[in-house]
Amino acid sequence: MSVEFVSLVPCRACHRNSQATLPASVKRGVDASGRYPVRGLRRALSVAALLGTAPLLGGCQFALMDPQGPIGAGEKSIIILSTVLMLIVVVPVIAMTLVFAWRYRASNSAATYTPEWEHSRGIETVVWLVPCLIIAALGTVTWISSHRLDPYRPIEAAAKPLTVQVVSLDWKWLFIYPEQHIASVNQLALPVGVPVKFLLTSSSVMNAFFIPRLGTQIYTMAGMQTQLSLLASKAGDYRGISSNYSGDGFSDMHFTAEAMSGKDFAAWVAKARASSQALTLASYRGLAQPSERVPVRYYSSVTPTLFHDILNQCTSGAPCRDAAMNMAMAKEALGSSFRLCTTTNPMGMNPIGADPRGMQ
Amino acid sequence: MTVDIRLAADTALLADAEEGHEEHHDTASIVTLGFWIYLMSDCVLFAALFATFTVLRGDTAGGPTGREIFGLPNVAIETACLLVSSFTYGMAMIAAERNRKSEVLRWLGLTLLLGLGFLSLEIREFADLVHQGFGPERSGFLSGFFTLVGTHGFHVFSGIIWMLVLMAHVAYRGLTPENRTRLMCLSLFWHFLDIIWIGVFTIVYLLGAA
Amino acid sequence: MFGKLTMSAMPMNQPIVMGAVLFMAIGVVVVLGTITYFRFWRQLWSDWLTSVDHKRIGVMYIILAVVMLLRGFSDAIMMRSQQALASDGGAGYLPPEHFDQVFTAHGVIMIFFMAMPFIVGLMNIVVPLQIGARDVAFPYLNSFSLWMTISGAILVNLSLAVGNFARTGWLAYPPLSELHFSPDVGVDYYIWSLQVAGIGTLLGGVNMITTILKMRAPGMTMMRMPVFTWTALCTNMLIVAAFPVLTVTLGLLALDRYLGMHFFTNAAGGNPMMYVNLIWIWGHPEVYILVLPCFGVFSEVIATFSGKPLFGYTSMVYATICITVLSFTVWLHHFFTMGSGADVNAFFGITTMVIAIPTGVKIFNWLFTMYHGRVRFDTPVLWTIGFMVTFTIGGMSGVLMAVPPADFVLHNSVFLIAHFHNVIIGGVVFGCMAGYNYWFPKALGFKLDERWGKISFWCWLVGFYVAFMPLYALGLMGMTRRLDHMDNPVWHIYLMVAAAGAVVILCGILAQLVQLYVSIVNHAALKDVTGDPWNGRTLEWATASPPSFYNFAETPVVLSRDSFWDMKRRGVAFHPPVHYHRIHMPRNTGTGFILGVLGGVIGFGMIWHIWWLVLFCLLAGLAVVVAHSFDEDRAYYVPSGEVAEIEGRHFQQLMPQAGD
Repeated sequence: MSVEFVSLVPCRACHRNSQATLPASVKRGVDASGRYPVRGLRRALSVAALLGTAPLLGGCQFALMDPQGPIGAGEKSIIILSTVLMLIVVVPVIAMTLVFAWRYRASNSAATYTPEWEHSRGIETVVWLVPCLIIAALGTVTWISSHRLDPYRPIEAAAKPLTVQVVSLDWKWLFIYPEQHIASVNQLALPVGVPVKFLLTSSSVMNAFFIPRLGTQIYTMAGMQTQLSLLASKAGDYRGISSNYSGDGFSDMHFTAEAMSGKDFAAWVAKARASSQALTLASYRGLAQPSERVPVRYYSSVTPTLFHDILNQCTSGAPCRDAAMNMAMAKEALGSSFRLCTTTNPMGMNPIGADPRGMQ
Repeated sequence: MTVDIRLAADTALLADAEEGHEEHHDTASIVTLGFWIYLMSDCVLFAALFATFTVLRGDTAGGPTGREIFGLPNVAIETACLLVSSFTYGMAMIAAERNRKSEVLRWLGLTLLLGLGFLSLEIREFADLVHQGFGPERSGFLSGFFTLVGTHGFHVFSGIIWMLVLMAHVAYRGLTPENRTRLMCLSLFWHFLDIIWIGVFTIVYLLGAA
Repeated sequence: MFGKLTMSAMPMNQPIVMGAVLFMAIGVVVVLGTITYFRFWRQLWSDWLTSVDHKRIGVMYIILAVVMLLRGFSDAIMMRSQQALASDGGAGYLPPEHFDQVFTAHGVIMIFFMAMPFIVGLMNIVVPLQIGARDVAFPYLNSFSLWMTISGAILVNLSLAVGNFARTGWLAYPPLSELHFSPDVGVDYYIWSLQVAGIGTLLGGVNMITTILKMRAPGMTMMRMPVFTWTALCTNMLIVAAFPVLTVTLGLLALDRYLGMHFFTNAAGGNPMMYVNLIWIWGHPEVYILVLPCFGVFSEVIATFSGKPLFGYTSMVYATICITVLSFTVWLHHFFTMGSGADVNAFFGITTMVIAIPTGVKIFNWLFTMYHGRVRFDTPVLWTIGFMVTFTIGGMSGVLMAVPPADFVLHNSVFLIAHFHNVIIGGVVFGCMAGYNYWFPKALGFKLDERWGKISFWCWLVGFYVAFMPLYALGLMGMTRRLDHMDNPVWHIYLMVAAAGAVVILCGILAQLVQLYVSIVNHAALKDVTGDPWNGRTLEWATASPPSFYNFAETPVVLSRDSFWDMKRRGVAFHPPVHYHRIHMPRNTGTGFILGVLGGVIGFGMIWHIWWLVLFCLLAGLAVVVAHSFDEDRAYYVPSGEVAEIEGRHFQQLMPQAGD
């Protein structure tokens, strides 16, 4: 189901489980089979939205103003609060600019003219003080909200968090569910009301993982793990994108985030388990090849160390970074003359160039 | 009152314009200040390279660590070469102050030799490492090492070329005001490279081999 | 023999590219043909290419900027039209590999080869005049800087015809810009064009600081310097402190690509995050490098046309210094989403907001300069008032994005695009245009046509709002940047409006060209005989328009802040001095031009791996520098008789005016 359609109709109708509550005015746009409105109506609605509601930011096409989870909601309120705080000074400044320019125009000889006046202690104090106060207030908001909405901070909720490992590939998204031992490509299923802890990395270039309706995006980088916690509070299909340019296939690098009830989630997991494909190192290498517009795919099982191996850049058989680092630390501690023996290097040979996974 | 000041200033200005040699003094101080500012930008350049090296220090990617490849005796000789060359350059400046052209050239020649000695030791160190398979493409750490130390070495090389040209200038035209300014600028450059080397010696070699 | 360069490097099979190349080639042929037809070659060489006169160098910088504005803007039109056409499920007319080059080239050209040369050109023309100097501290270096910048610009444009340009975005983040993911010459064009131009910019910064610190007219203390000179000083300090970091960053990327090193690679211990940090340590000061001199322009314009001294000069100077220092403490706000801890994010968010304080003070000071003034609405003032309104809005969206949680959703969205165009068009472009209209009569001796100037302003202003307000909305809808196609009918409408806005801006640019043409045709009527067309306040207006090559027959003596205003008040302006003296001036030289050309060729050789060419040009460059250093006949005296004759002509023009 195309997520773009979501942006057309007023908010409450944005989510697939809430069609029953469609207001009558919108239902008229839905054809007999319950499908979404025809293109002409779409356009009309869009123009109306542009001309009428755009300044109000009320329509649900404004994804960031219509969040579906606590993180996005927190961010929305920060945006609104900061904007209002700044308008306290911005509106008077713009008004004064226009008023002063008009009132003191050269042709208005009635206005006061003081050709030598260039300093006023009072005015200067005010013009330093007012921005200072606004920024002090905003700075406080910043400090508090940066901590409260830190992407790494777990979300407090009754339900036990679900862990999802995310890998950005050229140019598709791989989601591994380590607790369920399944994986999917370009489709992310989330149980509603359950905090999801994402662990993210990239197989090649930098991308950013972003579901606008749920809030916070975060970079995915090869050899690096970032973290993010999100929670969907309503069921629905949300558009997920890469928000960091990553090459030719970037524009099509999106996925669907489907928030669903616990029961539906269990069914989704079962559907994935029924898939005929398994995600092994070999099939991962195939998947990691650049490709575009990859259709949704499920894997019934996942090699347990796969995410670790992607993160440590040893899916090709090269030594894992963490192993190499441990080796370097051991050498640093023991001195270079000391022959280390490890499971992959039982003879204690010089470890440089050793290839502990080459035998696989 | 203001007219008085203006007249006084005007008079001083006229006097400046009449006296031709006053302008040379001015030129020297302008050139020296400009060169100082350039050196500060070079300092930022090295700061960025030091930061890069420090970030990558631990990223040996299974390759050698600093302790395995740094030969401190070699580095000590390199350091001695550069420090002594700063001293000999100082002697050249004193000789220039005393208007002794041939003495200036002798001290510059000695500085040049010491600079060449430093460079040849550094090149030998690099060649050895590459020969052992520890070239800059081996790991992030080695990339940072070769680039930081190599950039300093390239600066020393440029200094040597400059010194050759300047020696020709001094030999050909003598200790003219213009050549004195050039001597001053190269002096700043040469001592600056010494200071950078102290940083390299400490941060790369001493901390790396510890 | 020619490295990687073969005939297949010409994109013969791409009609759009070849069309652009043909267009450029026709332009070059027309220009060269015109020069030949009017037998202008000798004069071009002796008066312009070899010139070390800061005013001519400044004019050449601005010509470069205007030409690059046209190139960069055609990229903008292509992007806007592609997104408008390809947002409703269509494919548009640009395939990704072409679209990606277009947005990369747009950013690179607009920042490095449009905004920078414009700013540097204005500073070159104005600063020595404002401080009463005869030229900059190092005139030869100045010529070298110009030709390096032009060489860099030529390299970027050459990539259109020979090979291709980077497809990485204007900051070329690795690992995408590494050899593994970008194996063609695009990123190499990016690296070497910026390195060549960057060296020019850096040395230009050294030159300008020395000029301002050492060559001020007697009596001009630091706190008597015109505000534009202050902002130029701060900007050049930023250049000297920030550009070496760019040089290092691009150098390390080049080492990765050319020698297989591992600074920013995924493998063998490289660290791409380090590149992102380094490039923004340069990149954030860069935006202040661009905008500070524009603040200076607005300060000069608003004071002159309000008929009042600038309100709160001291505040203004300290605000400028604050911004200069703070600009180095905020770089991390460009990547709050990289996963730094909350403390780090909050720290950089707050330092970013703190910059809004001195900036806000500046806006207030401009406001109170108009207050109780007599504001004349000539074109430069329109740009200034347009700036004050537009920049305030852009500043607001900027501070909003400095709050990390807001940035977590707005980062990399087209909201960000709208924000930085809001401050760069509203601040830098409007500032350049104000300065262009304000100082044009000083540089070339006649005013620009007011009617077309105003048409241009209104087109730009309206076009800007129509083009970028929809992007703010689209950003809030979750549209990310750099998409070559999408399927979203709601966005489609907004993108159509944005494209229409770009067309309105195009009208503004065309109006500017018409303004220039009309003004040249009518230059006799628009002639500025007094040297002071706007009733100015600072020293650049104290000499003829255009100033003779030595600027001032007699070095002015400064007794107060708005020193020319002070002279006029005391009745000593417009009077010939009692005696003329001979003047010491540098001779023109081709050294800078030759070195610039060699620099460009070295860049080209590096891009295509033509090593013998690189080596040959390096040795040739060294030989030229050494030969130049042995040339002792680099300056000469202008005899006092010649000075008297030139000045006599100026004062003769002035007399009927004085008699009015």
